[in-house]
Amino acid sequence: MLAQFLQYLFSGITIGATYALAALGFTMIYNASTVINFAQGEFIMLGGMLAVMFQQAGFPLPLAVLLAIIVPSLVGVLMEKMVVEPVRSADTVNIIIITIGASLVIRGVVQVVFGKGAFMLSSFSGDTPVEIGGAMIMPQSFWVIGVSALVVVGLWYFFTRTLTGKAMLATSFNRTAAELVGINTSWVLWMSFAMSAAVGALGGVLVTPLTMTSYDSGIMLGLKGFVAAVVGGLGSGAGALVGGLLVGVLEAMGAGYLSSSYKDALPFVLILLILFFLPRGLFGSRQTERV
Amino acid sequence: MSIPETPAPLLAVSGLESCYGRIKALKGVSLEVASGELVALVGANGAGKTTFLRTLSGVQPASAGQILFAGEAIERLRPEQRVRRGICQSPEGRQVFGPLSIEDNLRLGGYTRSAAEVSEDLDKIYQLFPVLRDKRRLAAGTLSGGQQQMVAIGRALMGRPRLLLLDEPSMGLAPLMVEEVFAVIRRLRAEGMTILLVEQNAFGALALADRGYVLETGTITLTGSGAELLQNEQVRAAYLGL
Ligand SMILES: Nc1ncnc2c1ncn2[C@@H]1O[C@H](COP(=O)(O)OP(=O)(O)OP(=O)(O)O)[C@@H](O)[C@H]1O
Ligand SMILES: [Mg+2]
Repeated sequence: MLAQFLQYLFSGITIGATYALAALGFTMIYNASTVINFAQGEFIMLGGMLAVMFQQAGFPLPLAVLLAIIVPSLVGVLMEKMVVEPVRSADTVNIIIITIGASLVIRGVVQVVFGKGAFMLSSFSGDTPVEIGGAMIMPQSFWVIGVSALVVVGLWYFFTRTLTGKAMLATSFNRTAAELVGINTSWVLWMSFAMSAAVGALGGVLVTPLTMTSYDSGIMLGLKGFVAAVVGGLGSGAGALVGGLLVGVLEAMGAGYLSSSYKDALPFVLILLILFFLPRGLFGSRQTERV
Repeated sequence: MSIPETPAPLLAVSGLESCYGRIKALKGVSLEVASGELVALVGANGAGKTTFLRTLSGVQPASAGQILFAGEAIERLRPEQRVRRGICQSPEGRQVFGPLSIEDNLRLGGYTRSAAEVSEDLDKIYQLFPVLRDKRRLAAGTLSGGQQQMVAIGRALMGRPRLLLLDEPSMGLAPLMVEEVFAVIRRLRAEGMTILLVEQNAFGALALADRGYVLETGTITLTGSGAELLQNEQVRAAYLGL
């Protein structure tokens, strides 16, 4: 009984960590621009696909992983410069629709280049499961959870302890005031796209040995990351983390105890419940003037 | 061309225009501020005072006109480039970074300065506003209006201004607090700071200023020394209620 529960819990936390990284990506871009970047899922997919591609091209794994993070970051910056920045003054809703367009383009290009097949990335430290309380845990799960935790701590440090991070936060609280103290706010905007893409891609790389990847795997991952961000309270870093884990665990429990056909529906039931009872999400108490 | 003994002003604005959509909020404003001067810009609600300061700082685009700062045309520069040249503003409504601490607000004010300058200036700001030192870890949004105004002025000073722009620093403050803010402005001027002060409180501003300008619906209608404007019949009737 307990073993089974632990099994579901661990797989929930593992996939939840990926959702949390995706949710952090949504959060960073939302804070910098109030835009919801619906191409976030494509960064996750790009991370996984590129890691596979670079590894098959003969690069050692660490280098393949690094490249699979850097390239999507560049795609993120490019997207901000070419697609978002030129329409800066447009309505937020229009920019959001543009990000959906960008996601279709990215997905389309990947489909043309790699085809529709599913790809596998080898695990970082083998496939011998570790037993914990009767549950069998894949070593890759520890990679996912451990690296995600490091990223969360790193981001926390960046945004609360460094002047650059605080300048990005300040820009999200009050763009005009940020410009008046000499912060280059367009730099903040493309930086947030680069960071979101990097964090999302990293999640994609980490989880691919467990889930495989294909040109369209970003759709669900992105949507669940979005659910996680909203459940946590859009704009809150802690909310993104908790929201991600909650969605992941709920999904794993649902799939385990109910039926795996509920797996994809549960997060959306959760978002409806949360929005009904807590319209600002779990951590969304902040109320700031956005200029 | 100019007479040799009058030095070029630090700030020389000519024919400045700015629009919100099709509404022209500034219709060709010309104004000068000499180094070390305290100049007051007064005018009724909606005259365009805030728009003028925002255009000087570059957070609002100019549609025509020229801004010369220390001899350089800056109207095409980005806001942060103007801050680096020494134009720092305490904006209308204070606009502090509410969720960030007082000290973070001040440090961000020194965003364009070196770490050594920032720690030196931080000390000066705390001497100017001792209450901020005691509360430096608190979120700026939790402060009273007067204390937020201190943060806003302190944040602008952290940028080491050559020209300090103050937009209605006394707005919405209790009379005692207004006195304190004006005392700080007097002290900054005594230290040689060049200040452009925008106020609806025309009496207080003109009494303090070397020179003043009156702005009406986007146009400068009067200018003169602070004392002259205080005596001017038009000004007394329109802005001082005398
Ligand atoms: N964001 C805006 N969009 C459209 N019109 C604006 C905007 N801000 C100001 N205006 C208009 O521009 C004109 C000048 O406004 P501005 O805020 O510069 O005046 P002000 O002199 O600072 O007034 P106050 O004393 O109330 O601060 C006003 O007619 C105002 O209605
Ligand atoms: Mg104003």
